[in-house]
Amino acid sequence: MDFFQSIDFGLLVRCFIVGGLICIIGQILIDKTKLTSARILVVFVTVGVILGGLGIYKYVIDFAGCGATVPLLGFGANLAKGAIESASEQGVLGAFIGGVKASAGGIAAAVFFGYIASLIAKPKIKKQ
Amino acid sequence: MNPIETAKEYNEYVEAKSPKSPIFKNCLHAFLVGGLICSIGQLIFEFCTFKGLDTVSANNIVAISLIGISALLTSLNLFNKIGKFAGAGSLVPITGFANSIVSPAIEYKSEGYVLGVGSKMFTVAGPVLVYGISASILVGIISCFFI
Repeated sequence: MDFFQSIDFGLLVRCFIVGGLICIIGQILIDKTKLTSARILVVFVTVGVILGGLGIYKYVIDFAGCGATVPLLGFGANLAKGAIESASEQGVLGAFIGGVKASAGGIAAAVFFGYIASLIAKPKIKKQ
Repeated sequence: MNPIETAKEYNEYVEAKSPKSPIFKNCLHAFLVGGLICSIGQLIFEFCTFKGLDTVSANNIVAISLIGISALLTSLNLFNKIGKFAGAGSLVPITGFANSIVSPAIEYKSEGYVLGVGSKMFTVAGPVLVYGISASILVGIISCFFI
């Protein structure tokens, strides 16, 4: 199989380790600070936007690929990257358009699949 | 047994009786599951670039596929079980964002499709989008002045 020969296993290992380490940060936040999961997601996205805005996060993405883009830090960094790129072309208007445009796929997919799932799945009965 | 008199003694008593927080084990689980989810994403990404797609499209396909998989696992009630084991391992990747939308969408179906599904979907994802999008707009505006 050509595809299996084309896989960069070094990158795959770096992806596993970096992705895992980012999740450990989240786990430490959960265990040590009693932040609710909603707040943790907000913190990760906002930190991602800041790191993306400062131009630091792209080095993590170059190093770890999806280990950096799949965690929510990457979602935030992608928002920032889109906003900056489109702001450089269209100014302030671009700052409003670029972020959501860059991450539209994920947002739209989550809303769409969420709606479809609600049509199909039955709510589970809470045991409390 | 001696009565507990001071607050310090009480704290020590509670400390001794409460279960030790298994933070090391939690972190190990989070590391393994989080790493695995990212690696699945990486394999999807490599497959897309192997098929000749550019990195932006490939990243979008990774996000959409992982969100689709977690929506499916949430509807089958399997995501909770993975989440219990993995903790932050399934929360911090984009799968956690997807679960935070899909899970209330299913759960609040009984309150109707508009005010139940449609609005409760965003109880967790709403704040994420509010802070993420607002911060990105600020970053974009600031970058106009500096670049």
